[in-house]
Formats: sequence, structure tokens, C-alpha cells
Amino acid sequence: MKDTRIGVYVCHCGHNIAGTVDVESVAEWAAGLPGVAVSRDYKFMCSSLGQELVEKDIQELGLTGVVVASCSPHMHEPTFRKACERAGLNAYLFEMANIREHASWVHPNDIERATEKSKALVAAAVSRVAELEPLEPLVAEIKEPTLIVGGGIAGISAALEIADAGHHVYLVEREPSIGGHMAQFDKTFPTLDCSACILTPKMFDVGNHPNITMMTYSEVEQVDGFIGNFTVRIRQKARKVNTDLCTGCGDCWAKCPAKVIDTVFEAGLGYRTAIYRPFPQAVPKYPVIDMESCIYFQKGTCRACEKVCPTGAIDFEQEDETVVVNVGNIILATGVEIFDARRISQYGYGRLPNVFSNLEFERLTNAAGPTGGEVVLRDGVTRPESVAIIHCVGSRDKNYNEYCSAVCCMAALKFSHLVIERTGAEVYSFYIDIRTPMKNYEEFYHRLLEEGVHFVRGRVAEVTDSARTPGEEGKLIVQVEDTLIGKQRRVPVDMVILMNGLEPQSDAKEVANQFGIGCSEAGFYIERHPKLDPVATMTDGVFIAGACQGPKDIPASVAQGAAAAARVLNLIGRGEVEIEPIRASIDEERCSGCRICNNMCPYNAIDYIEDLGVSRVNPALCKGCGTCVAACPSQVISGQHYTFDQLMSQIEGILYDVREGGERVTYAGAEPVEAK
Amino acid sequence: MPSKYSEINPAWGDRDPVIVGFLCNWCSYRAADLAGISRFSYPTTLRDIRIMCTGRLDPTFVLKALREGADGVLVMGCHPGQCHYESGNYKAMRRMALLRRTLAQLGVDPERVQLGWASAAQGNIFRDTVIRMTDAIVRLGPLDWQANITDSIDDIASHFAHLEADEEVAYGR
Repeated sequence: MKDTRIGVYVCHCGHNIAGTVDVESVAEWAAGLPGVAVSRDYKFMCSSLGQELVEKDIQELGLTGVVVASCSPHMHEPTFRKACERAGLNAYLFEMANIREHASWVHPNDIERATEKSKALVAAAVSRVAELEPLEPLVAEIKEPTLIVGGGIAGISAALEIADAGHHVYLVEREPSIGGHMAQFDKTFPTLDCSACILTPKMFDVGNHPNITMMTYSEVEQVDGFIGNFTVRIRQKARKVNTDLCTGCGDCWAKCPAKVIDTVFEAGLGYRTAIYRPFPQAVPKYPVIDMESCIYFQKGTCRACEKVCPTGAIDFEQEDETVVVNVGNIILATGVEIFDARRISQYGYGRLPNVFSNLEFERLTNAAGPTGGEVVLRDGVTRPESVAIIHCVGSRDKNYNEYCSAVCCMAALKFSHLVIERTGAEVYSFYIDIRTPMKNYEEFYHRLLEEGVHFVRGRVAEVTDSARTPGEEGKLIVQVEDTLIGKQRRVPVDMVILMNGLEPQSDAKEVANQFGIGCSEAGFYIERHPKLDPVATMTDGVFIAGACQGPKDIPASVAQGAAAAARVLNLIGRGEVEIEPIRASIDEERCSGCRICNNMCPYNAIDYIEDLGVSRVNPALCKGCGTCVAACPSQVISGQHYTFDQLMSQIEGILYDVREGGERVTYAGAEPVEAK
Repeated sequence: MPSKYSEINPAWGDRDPVIVGFLCNWCSYRAADLAGISRFSYPTTLRDIRIMCTGRLDPTFVLKALREGADGVLVMGCHPGQCHYESGNYKAMRRMALLRRTLAQLGVDPERVQLGWASAAQGNIFRDTVIRMTDAIVRLGPLDWQANITDSIDDIASHFAHLEADEEVAYGR
């Protein structure tokens, strides 16, 4: 019989647990469990005093295992493991019973039952701890280079932080140029800075940084490995332009006869040629040939660009290239898409010419845009005399997206200012709530109130061109219930701007799967902890930054890019990282060589050794899922920290009261007891 | 006065149903955490055990839980296609289907053993699954394995292992 002395610590978590679970009685009861040497309850186990309590008992009572019944192990398992280690107890002889997230918070009106359930969870943890074995964490070396996916402002900001610190970065961007959405904007709120003036120097720095390998017009195809050592396969799409020879002079696109509507950068408002550079300040400066619209690729003749190119850089034979890189960490900064307002047909986008999307309006006001910054109607000449701005299009709407897109109120205020500045038109802003929570944002709202914008509170029902009165002839009429005066209103205007919300990239879920991270229902990536770990994910070595995590504006995206970079630099600085020693191993003496496990492994980590007639796990490839452990018909594969015996013991513990000999709790009351 | 569950099914008398949950570390356990953080309330019938992946779920664990007095077992993992370990949940799906067939042969209603999915962002789905599972078990009444089922779990487990090995040979990975 092995010597078992377990310490049980039941946390009050202030009122969080103690308000619903009778923690004193749980602690008192746990003292009687087999193997328990000491059982205590304490206000805040995670406080330094709580941790010291554990450490003192380990040293004075020679504990062989520790159970803390408090919150989720995803919250404080690392905290208490460290406390155990400080006191000389192996960190893997510790177990948490989650009586907060899984008991007190979900059973608020039933103290009696929540307490009984907590006892079962504690009993399970105690019987598991009795079976635990000391383990040593595996150590993984951190490879120095970092992969950043997405060349918008978040990705740029992360890339520069890491590269400036002297470490190599691979920056992968799907489009021909980095810059992201910010490159399309004219002004940024609330300072009305010129967007290009603050972004393009950073783009230039990225393009010329000795530590950054920029891979534009490229996509990640496959990701393998784990923290410290990822192998990433990247496909560089053929530009059909040899970038070693190209000088970006522009002769080719000046002569290209194929003109198509630019639906990406110009949001459908302008044209581009088949060989094109998305915008003048693009980084890199090299153009790409869009094979879909290129006359040569479609009809077999033309090659005008090849004829005019002074350096012979056009290469119609160029093929896609696959590049494999080895990196230690990954930052995803894949950004967002803009909601397609065609989905809300009553707003008339795509049907009524003078209904514009927010992205179209950004291009309209941009000095480098299709109208040279002139705010005009779809005919290209007429200045609007009145403009309606409709907030929350596709946001805060149960039919589309329930969440707030966070940036549209401020962008709408910016648009109001630009309309007034450029045209002097009357501006009507139809809002549900004006949300201006960041520094100097509320002040900007007040400025617009003073500039004379008509703010109308109410969700717009419809935008129509069918006039009811002579005054409405030839106008767009915005039908809305003004909820402040409690009346239906019809507001005739010349132009309508829809503040379309932000949505996750349409392939966000596939990308999340590819990198092994979680993704919300909507498609935003899930952070490790919403407050305390906003840029890490549940997958070690994979970080997220910017709007792919949730709608956010430029300053917040920049901050997250830098935050993710700081996390990566921390790991690079350490050079190595401890990883959970949860791995499978095969008892070769008892292995029958049936090879059932070989095919089970998703990582091909199990090899069959012909000479010996047994299977063997390669610990470098094994990730510890345990699928092979469960499949072995001879039960000779052991999954460390989740062994057969440990789990069987845990099952016995969790059913301590209903097992043979256990005393099942009975309830007399028909109704649950009310909480105090 | 009887337990609140006996109002629906008198067989419960003065005791509550007990369901053992096996939750995967990456999706469902986090969904349960989120249900807690969001203060979604659900019945106290579920007692959960964390495993790294539903692929780790040895069918013996389910049999063990039923034998030791559980009235039902709920296994929850990541959604199909979103397994943290690529395909562990598909393995669980196959094993659970075989296990339910085996249990039916023993006279145990296969509804007592259920498989569900919730992503880390779906605390509401976790809550709804526990509520639905509890309703099903309350309707079915107590299991009382030890009184009703005489086969040893080792025999059942070995029967099951043969089934799975056959499946393995027939369908490969």
C-alpha cells in the first residue's frame, strides 16, 4: 500500500463559490475521504496567502498530492502547479476540482444540490490524485523566425515590433499588396489624420526591413508541428511578373487594353487593368496579372505588357511556387470583411444607384480615389445636397449579426464631417445608440453635433425612390420611426450611405481549423482568456491580433499587433518552452503487434517495428490526444496523466455516493432551496 | 415529499438522476466553463470528467460509470471537423455507435449514453445538451446496473473490442 497523504483546499472565491456551495461542509466532509491528510477551506486560494497555505502543508505534512476545489483549471491550474513545485511537490501531482464554473455559477438556486455535486467533483479529484504519477514537462526549443498571416495594420504592427527587435519574420498576405483595409481609407477618426500618410511609411518599412520576408499574393496551405517548431507550407501565386527584373515603372498597366471593375481596392467604384498594382503606394511595388481578365490568358493573343516592358520582366510562363518555412511562433492577423448590404434588400443597395456602402464612400472621399476626393452621386458629377447615413447595417440585428461592429459609429461621424466639409450638404444620421467609448471619441461626437448633423434615433425601415409628395420626387426617401419623438418620418435625401458592419473573413473557420484554434459561431477567433490573455489562443505558439478576434478599430488593432509581438518576443527570448508531458507510450513487452493503433494516430506518430513485431510511439510527433490509448485491444498503450487507472479511479470517485456501499443522497424537498 | 424528478417519473422516489460527463479539454470543457461564466443554469445531474480528447474515451469508461451507479453518460467533444487533434471526435463517434449497439443488446436503452458537440464559444449549447440529456434520463428512470445486468464489464469490453477491431479491418482509418 503506497503512502498517500492528500491535501484538499476548498476555495470560497469570495462569494462566487461560497454563495451557492456550502464550502465549509465540503471541506469538513473531504477530510474523511480515503488518503486525505488535511482538508481546509479558504477565502481566496489563488491569493498569495492561499498558495502559501498549500506550500506550508506540503512541507510540514509531507503531502503526496494536492486538490484545490475552486475555479476552472484553464484559469488557475498553472498557478497552483507552480505553488506545488515551490514546495517541492511534482506539479503533476496536483488536480483541480472545478466547483465554480461547473457548480456554483450554474446551480445558483440550489445550495443543497450544488454542495452535493461539489462533493462528487472533489471526491473524483481526490481519487484521481491518489493515482497520479510525477511527470517532467517536455522542453521544446523555440525556433527564432515568426510567421505572421495578414498584412493589414495589425499584422504590420506585429511584424515591425518583432523585426525591429532583431528577429526574422515571414509576413504572408493574400492580396498583391500589404496594407489591408486601412490603405483604402482617406481619413482616420477622431483625429482626421490622413490614413495613407500614417500607414504608407510603415508599409515601406516592412518592405525594406532586412528581417522581414514579405510574401504577398500568397496563402498558407498547410501547418504542421507545435509551439517552437511549426512547418508551414505557403503557396506563392504566380504574379506572371519577374520581381527581380521589374522596377514598378508602370508602362505595362498604362498600355494594358483590358479594363475591369476593381471590386477589391476601389470597392467597385473604379476600374483597373488586367495587369495592375492595387494602388500607387502598394508594397511591394510590383504588379500582378489577373489571369481571369487578361486578354492573352483568355484569348491567346495580346501580350501588350510584354512588348512595352523595358526590363523584360513579364513572364507568362511563371508558375505558382510552394515555399516551406520553419517557424517557432505564428500570429494570425487575418482581419475582417465588410457586411454585404445586398442582403438587406429594403435598403436598396445595388438596386438604387445612390445608395452607397461605407467602403464605397471611403473611396469617394479619398483624394487618390476614382473621383479624386469629390463627393458626388453615382452619375459622377452631381453633388448631393442632403445625405443620409444609416448606422448598424447588418450589426446589432438578430437577422444578421447580433454583435456591435464597434467602428461604425465613429466612421459615420467621420463621414458626416467629410460630407459637410466637401459639399456643405445637410446630413441626417440614423442611429440606434451612438457609441463613442475611446479616448477623444465623445469629443468628436460633440464636434459633429456643433457642425449641425441631424441625429435621428431609430432603426431605418426602408430606403425607397417612390415619392408620395412632390417634395420627394427624384429623391431617396428614408422611412424611419424617430423613437425620440415617437413618430414615423420620411426624410428625402440625395444620397444614402450604409454603415455596413464588420464580419469575419468568409474562410475564417477553415483557417481556424488549419491552425488548430477555436472560432466563435460568427467566425471570430477565440482568445485564451477574454480579459487576461486576449492575444493568445488555446493552441500554444499561435497568437491572434486585430479584427479577426472581434471587431475593432485601428488603434486597438495596432495595440493587439504589438501585444502579440511581445508574447512572441518573450518566447524567443527564453529560447525554449515547457510543454505538457501528456504523451502516449507502448509497453512493447505486451504489445501484440496488431497495428490497430497505427492507423488511429492523426499525426502518424506510431511506427510498426517489423523486426520486433511491435508498435512504437514517436514522442516528438505525439500530441497526447489518447485516441490510440483507447483503441488498444490489449490495453498496453498508456496515456500519461490520463492513464486507464487514473480515469477509472476518477470515475469511482465521482460516483462515490451511488457506488456499492456509497450512501446516495436523498432529497425530501420537492422544490429547490432558494439561495441566501 | 418526493424528489422533484419523481413528479415527472415516480420511479425516482427521493433520489436524483446521476449523469457522468466526459468532456474534451479544448471545446466542451471550455463550453462548460463559458456556461458558468455566462451564469447559464442547468440541472445538477451532470458530474463531469475532463479528458484531453473524446478520442481518449475508452468505452470501458462508459461501462464503468454505468456499473458504478450512473444513470446515464454524456460524452461531449469538439464539432465534427473541428477536433483539436484533427479526428479524435470521429473515432469517438464510431466507438459510441458501436457501444450503443452493444448496450442495446444487454437491455440498456442506448439513449442513456449520448454524444454531443459544443465549441468553446457555445456555453448555451452545452447547457441545452445537459437539459435535454437530463430530461431523457428522467423519463427513462433509474438504471440500477448492478441489480439488473449480470454481465461483467470486462466481458462486455472484450466483446466491444472485437467489434471495433472488425470495424477497423473493414473500414480502415
